[in-house]
Amino acid sequence: MSRKLKEIIIKNIFFLTALVSVAVLGLIMVFIFREAVPIFRVVSVFDFLFGTQWYPTYKPPEFGILPLIFGSLIVTFFSTLIAVPIGVLSAIYISELARPWIKEIFKPVIELLAGIPSVVLGFFGLVIIAPWLQDTFDMPTGLNIINCSMMLALMAVPTIASISEDALYAVPREFKEASYALGATKAETIIRVVVPAAVSGISTAVILGMARAIGETMVVLMIGGGATAIPEGIFDSVRPMPASIAAEMGEAPFRGLHYHALFATGAVLFMLTLAFNLVADYISHRFRQVGSGTL
Amino acid sequence: MMSGTALSQGRVVIKGSTTVLPVAQAAAEALMKKDPQVQVSISGGGSGDGIKALIDRITDIATSSRDIKPEESALAKSHGVKPLAHKVAIDAIVPIVHPGNPVSNLSVEQLSLIYQGKIRNWNEVGGENRKIVMISRDTSSGTYESWQEKILHGAKVSPRSQLQVSSGAIVQLISRNRFAIGYIGIGYVNKSVKALKVNGIEATAENAQSGKYPVARPLFMFTDGQPGGPVASFIKFMLGREGQKIVAREGFVPIK
Repeated sequence: MSRKLKEIIIKNIFFLTALVSVAVLGLIMVFIFREAVPIFRVVSVFDFLFGTQWYPTYKPPEFGILPLIFGSLIVTFFSTLIAVPIGVLSAIYISELARPWIKEIFKPVIELLAGIPSVVLGFFGLVIIAPWLQDTFDMPTGLNIINCSMMLALMAVPTIASISEDALYAVPREFKEASYALGATKAETIIRVVVPAAVSGISTAVILGMARAIGETMVVLMIGGGATAIPEGIFDSVRPMPASIAAEMGEAPFRGLHYHALFATGAVLFMLTLAFNLVADYISHRFRQVGSGTL
Repeated sequence: MMSGTALSQGRVVIKGSTTVLPVAQAAAEALMKKDPQVQVSISGGGSGDGIKALIDRITDIATSSRDIKPEESALAKSHGVKPLAHKVAIDAIVPIVHPGNPVSNLSVEQLSLIYQGKIRNWNEVGGENRKIVMISRDTSSGTYESWQEKILHGAKVSPRSQLQVSSGAIVQLISRNRFAIGYIGIGYVNKSVKALKVNGIEATAENAQSGKYPVARPLFMFTDGQPGGPVASFIKFMLGREGQKIVAREGFVPIK
């Protein structure tokens, strides 16, 4: 066998393995959308997305997923609000301020947080946080938006911290040296030079953290509370889209309307996560730091 | 008339209600242990599916959480099938609250309004000035189905009500929440929660058996005419002492 032929064969093997993930994603998309389409023969896309009544098992059934979409967005919003400061500030600390031995400890510990199974976080929220919220603040229920958001934030922090840290680490040393040469302090250098230079990476980190939160199922199923009304406050219960799919898919008659409606909910969720990823990709390209500080 | 093939092999096919499923499952396991000759296969699908399967002669026993409907009887007759009902258990659902809640009795009407979200504070039903947090079950559960039928009479459960996927989880939540109300099968009631009377009637096995307790319904197994062979031995086992013990263990009320 000639060397050239070998090269070609090896190249094609690598191509095929790379193709597997693309093909799997493609097939999943086709399957989700194919199973989702039949519901739109019964409900219009508009009524499905903006209807406020979710009664899939009643006669006649009603398929309005606005409360579910709203539930997903609101827990994602609040978890981001909690996770971004913690994640970004830890990244700055680890990358710019921590002594090497502290960094050696903190970095893997934060990454370890990502390894906690979501069911464990859900259980923690259910048996520790929920009763604590109820007793301390005399809340009617501890299974609410704020409890969910706190647990989801815990899941998003490692994503945000580790990607932000990579971005900060990638800021060329010349930038910092130039800043110090001009007499800037450490704080000024971090705030005015390092963070702006890494902003595209940090934004990507934030959006990927949000994508992580919106797709999470177990936490929102266990501690969302499961109400299908649009919440009136942050202490109300919600049922985000993944929770609805997980709780109801088991009993939905195969290829019945409820089944198709849940697939359509999955399609909406899929498109939302896809949008998050596209935005992250766009930002990381659009605002990429160009040029360098060397002479 | 019995389906001959199922009989000759000593096989019993059971299909129907998901509420009755755990009872049938446990009984089948116990019977198969006692008599390895008998093979039982069980599937869910719902009461309607079970009865339809009985009419189509693809099951020996149809389990059902309701009595047969007139149109099903008519269809069965036209197929030459004579469904015979065996009452095997009583499903009694009990509303529960936190032990510290002063309310101890609610009417069916009040329960219905609470779950529809029309009564929203405990002081409207003689309790403290607290918001009511309703906890409901997932729509697939037989408990939800009973509650829907006996309390709400088809009205919609308020979208504000919370959803839990098991009776155990509801007990756990209610025991720690003074605002909450939930409903569970009678077998799940324990000391950590307070069972409410409904229309002034306490949820006891006797009251459920006599029909006095309003949130109870019989569970059935239907056969095609008087059964014989392994089907008969299964029904006999179910109605006997051991079978009824299983009924109680699965959280239902025995028939006597």
